[in-house]
Amino acid sequence: MEENIKPVIDSRIPEGPVAEKWTNYKAHQKLVNPANKRRLDIIVVGTGLAGASAAATLGEMGFNVLNFCIQDSPRRAHSIAAQGGINAAKNYQNDGDSVYRLFYDTVKGGDYRAREANVYRLAEVSNNIIDQCVAQGVPFAREYGGLLANRSFGGAQVSRTFYAKGQTGQQLLLGAYSSLNRQIAAGKVKSYNRYEMHELVIIDGRARGIIARNLVTGKLERFAAHAVVIATGGYGNTYFLSTNAMGCNVSAAMACYRHGAYFANPAYVQIHPTCIPVHGDKQSKLTLMSESLRNDGRIWVPKDIEDAKKLQKGEIKGSDIPEEKRDYYLERRYPAFGNLVPRDVASRAAKERCDKGYGVNNTGKAVFLDFSEAINRLGIDVIRQRYGNLFDMYEEITDVNPGEQASEIDGVKYYNPMMIYPAIHYTMGGIWVDYELQTSIKGLFAIGECNFSDHGANRLGASALMQGLADGYFVLPYTIQNYLSDQITVPHFTTDGPEFDEAEKRVQANLDHLMSIQGKRSVDSIHKELGHIMWDYVGMARTKESLETALKKLRDLREEFENNLFVPGSKEGMNIELDKAFRLRDFITMGELIAYDALNRNESCGGHFREEYQTPEGEAKRDDENYFYVACWKYEGTDEKAPSLIKEPLHYEAIKVQTRNYKS
Amino acid sequence: MENAISFNIKVWRQAGPKEQGRFEVYQMQDIPTDTSFLEMLDILNEQLIEQGKEPIAFDHDCREGICGMCSLYINGHPHGPATGATTCQLYMRRFHDGETITVEPWRSAAFPVIRDLMVNRNAFDQIQQAGGYVSFNTGGAQDANALPISKVDADEAMDSASCIGCGACVAACKNGSAMLFVSAKVSQFALLPQGKPEAARRVKAMLQKMDELGFGNCTNTGACAAECPKQIKLSNISRLNREYICAKLAD
Repeated sequence: MEENIKPVIDSRIPEGPVAEKWTNYKAHQKLVNPANKRRLDIIVVGTGLAGASAAATLGEMGFNVLNFCIQDSPRRAHSIAAQGGINAAKNYQNDGDSVYRLFYDTVKGGDYRAREANVYRLAEVSNNIIDQCVAQGVPFAREYGGLLANRSFGGAQVSRTFYAKGQTGQQLLLGAYSSLNRQIAAGKVKSYNRYEMHELVIIDGRARGIIARNLVTGKLERFAAHAVVIATGGYGNTYFLSTNAMGCNVSAAMACYRHGAYFANPAYVQIHPTCIPVHGDKQSKLTLMSESLRNDGRIWVPKDIEDAKKLQKGEIKGSDIPEEKRDYYLERRYPAFGNLVPRDVASRAAKERCDKGYGVNNTGKAVFLDFSEAINRLGIDVIRQRYGNLFDMYEEITDVNPGEQASEIDGVKYYNPMMIYPAIHYTMGGIWVDYELQTSIKGLFAIGECNFSDHGANRLGASALMQGLADGYFVLPYTIQNYLSDQITVPHFTTDGPEFDEAEKRVQANLDHLMSIQGKRSVDSIHKELGHIMWDYVGMARTKESLETALKKLRDLREEFENNLFVPGSKEGMNIELDKAFRLRDFITMGELIAYDALNRNESCGGHFREEYQTPEGEAKRDDENYFYVACWKYEGTDEKAPSLIKEPLHYEAIKVQTRNYKS
Repeated sequence: MENAISFNIKVWRQAGPKEQGRFEVYQMQDIPTDTSFLEMLDILNEQLIEQGKEPIAFDHDCREGICGMCSLYINGHPHGPATGATTCQLYMRRFHDGETITVEPWRSAAFPVIRDLMVNRNAFDQIQQAGGYVSFNTGGAQDANALPISKVDADEAMDSASCIGCGACVAACKNGSAMLFVSAKVSQFALLPQGKPEAARRVKAMLQKMDELGFGNCTNTGACAAECPKQIKLSNISRLNREYICAKLAD
């Protein structure tokens, strides 16, 4: 497989000052003329914001698109669950925003580990996204004057977030889905629902097709194209419990990785500070409470350890503790950003308080998110208008209504606070791509959360939607033409070549193996164990020892999986356990990859926190001298063998690299 | 604080679209009431796998009430007894110790059963493909604020656009009609200036497709809106009818 890989890491960043790179690129790139577009086929795997927007746009341009999703409809991809909003540098609020500031905030928020040129381009096209979505009929929130409304999100001092109630992801995805539907109706996009990509097919060093399994019939099917685009999301479900949807998985990305696509920065996993705490060992999924709540909600734990103990025993409630005995620790530690510090900072601060014994529920692993001050200031109606659906969701799950007055102490009304705790939410790492979003395999592209490129070591709130749509609507449809321009004479591929035979055989052998183990343990029981290993040893705080322990435990877990897995039923027809078993094998490999990267990176930055590397105040301590690079991991032929590391050094021209400061 | 209940659960099992289906009853012991309904099914599936049996197939994904994948008919109600919530947002505290809970797939001619509790809702995609979009190519849009839209209209469009396409409206309807689903999309675009230029074409195409695919007609019973997990209003259907009549009169 060696020959599939370009000889050195070349990020193909265009010449010129950062603000002119994208313009220059577009001015000089190669294009494909309309008549030739009709001759070219493109596979797009995934129908989230990135996949759906790319498939629709490529279809509009005239390419023939084959679009795959594992759900029963493209509209159900997990982008749909994004709540809070989407950033853009419109400066509609006249609060000093600009493309440069969005670029700067994103690079800083990412703890100076993102690629400058990519981030600038992202900030640049952010404004087009809003225009595009409005033209599609996305019903963004508006002011009475009829213009678009904004709110603020973590890591920013401006209000640049556009939103549609607490359902922004839904509305943006339905917008992309509607454009996709138009192309499906026009015959330019063929939609394959309930299909899962199982293998990548490479012919003469170029990605030329996939093997996908029809999840209803259980049959393997072959698909060929001139280029393959992976838009299959992140790997958060490696941790078993996360805010990802149940079906989110890393198998398509792992198939690419095993063929030589580098996997970049896997250690950068985002732990979201505001999720509903874990409540028992039967849980399958964690629920996110939108970051937008931090606009008006204040995060606190008791000042007094005795109060915390009483809360843990259930003797008192949060609303019994008066203002002066509350420790609003984010406002205390980070006066300039307060409750709106970036997610990694907020998550670590919550963990710090809980580790010291100040946790507020029976497990000691929760903090309060309180709306009393906002409700007293603005009235319940205003707050319900902003967060009503989130309050309802919280009440349905926990039986507590955060909008309900619970006490009055010294004339101050207190409302039921929410309880929240950090949980795995998003993964900044992903398949390595160059400036054109092409992976280290020719003709294979990766977009959206699936790639690594724009968020560095930590993603800011409301930037995932921005990146997914930027890649799908405005970046890939241009850059892929630069690759396809010399493919116009290549005829449509057939799927009966030896490469397809081999690829299908590999998948078949893997499925046969999974069915043949016939051990004692269900997929979920092993996945839960994987989740515990990952959370305990490769979670919010990591050490050299914990990571070495994790790698050992993961090796044992792989043994257990290979020898003691039980999959009922047969591989003919639908088999939901076989689907999950297939994915779990890849999650275990992914878990090891995260641990290897975390062990290599002897510094703390963004979502990656190594306890050995922190300042006396407990802030992340970067090591720019030794780790100012993208860690690209190359597969070494088998899952059992450790991957090898290739470094892509980072070069900053526009931004001075400094220590992140959210205090002043 | 932690309560637990024991109950029987009667589940529709069907091996494939053409196979004969049947109810099977399972006993569930000491399920904590803060378990979600789907987590309870996960527990049941684990028990079945432990016994070497095949688990119950059901659709689910985001488990946050927004993807529209989950689709269970519980005790005679789509998405169960809670109002304004999907199956995945339903918690066991809604049920009682000793009760028998009946779980069926969506029942509608237009949604054939794939297996057990899983149905094929491809017809919904086809209706959307018939006209549920604004014909607009990527790029070339004017500045977003160049087109002011009244907040009242935008909010109402947003309410209509909240439909998650789960199909509960069809499952609840005695006629198996998809009118609420179609009207939500038609309304969203009818309320916004972006949707105006092709409004007539859209409403006719979507309704024609709906009829073609075997959905029933609307008799204004209102079960759809009563059971809708996103509380899409019945007034959307009135708007759909108005749009349709206007479009037809103009022909």
